[in-house]
Amino acid sequence: MAMKVVLLMLSLSGPVLAAEPEFAIQLHEHRFTPSEVKVPAGVKVKLVIDNQDATPEEFDSFALNREKIVFANSKAIVFIGPLKPGRYEFIGEFNRQTANGAVLAE
Amino acid sequence: MFGAALIVFRESLEAALVIGIVAAATRPIARRARWIALGAAAGVAGAVGVAAVAQSISMMAGGAGQELFTATVLALAVAMLAWHNIWMASHGREMAARARDVGRAVVRGDAALTAIVTAIALTVLREGSETVLFLIGIASSPGTTRAALGIGSLLGLAAGGAAGWLLYAGLLRVPVSRLFVVTGWLILLLAAGMAGQFARVLIQADVLPALASPLWDTSSLMPDDSALGTLLHALLGYQAQPSATQVLFYFAALVSIFIAMRRAQSHAAA
Repeated sequence: MAMKVVLLMLSLSGPVLAAEPEFAIQLHEHRFTPSEVKVPAGVKVKLVIDNQDATPEEFDSFALNREKIVFANSKAIVFIGPLKPGRYEFIGEFNRQTANGAVLAE
Repeated sequence: MFGAALIVFRESLEAALVIGIVAAATRPIARRARWIALGAAAGVAGAVGVAAVAQSISMMAGGAGQELFTATVLALAVAMLAWHNIWMASHGREMAARARDVGRAVVRGDAALTAIVTAIALTVLREGSETVLFLIGIASSPGTTRAALGIGSLLGLAAGGAAGWLLYAGLLRVPVSRLFVVTGWLILLLAAGMAGQFARVLIQADVLPALASPLWDTSSLMPDDSALGTLLHALLGYQAQPSATQVLFYFAALVSIFIAMRRAQSHAAA
């Protein structure tokens, strides 16, 4: 019961406190633009990945500990951080030769 | 082609290992092969179905639908694996005793079967739906690429299946008296790993806080995408840079299922 209440409070707190800095990444012809995303260190950040290709992609990063399908011609939201300053690489797993980039936390 | 093989291998590995462990764990149960196959088939059908509606699911809950769906599937799988283990803890000795009477002696284990069939179906569904989406991407690529990627995907699936079979074959060499203890631990670790993944997706959706992240970093020692890292991820839920919340959920599941197993065992002995 207590657990449920906590979960409910956490899920409600999400949209209410939605003040995270937001960063957009476009995916076009299986390439990310910008390929290096500068974000502030030490705070939670919202990434909005806009897949403009006609095929689905999987946004994948071991360093960021994230994995999310981004559908064809759609956007997906991924929350990351708070990050320590540094470079965090990510890839589009379905097209890893071209679809790669990094988050720079500073 | 190699890239496609690797992607499909990674996605199929965890499901194959789950099936391998469960097949060994249910060895003395009548007609278990049929049930396991049914679970896997239901999972594949589910994966195709989920992939078809995945985009609509993803749009739900303000874009967090994908994570909430995955978290639900993971939570159910953890519950099923826990149920199986608790059932085994109270019936394991009897099963081991009967299994020793060479081959034919089988026990009825409907409850345990329902749990593992569901766990298999859920795991195949979760891993499979991503593979289906990847294959949809392949299908729209030019002809020659498509053939190469298709062959690569089949090779990846075969390699994943082979890994599951190897684990199964290895477990069959464990003496029956100890087999259920070993499979019990393996299933317990699988369940804990899934509980950790449950936390990870909810952190990604901003439903849970990450707390300290990463709690540790062993990415230079054993990277997630190394062969051993991949195997340990599928078996134990290993991650090189997990958040504290994930580790918390991992051990909470591990300890609580273990205690429930112990209780079931002592009740059975009494």
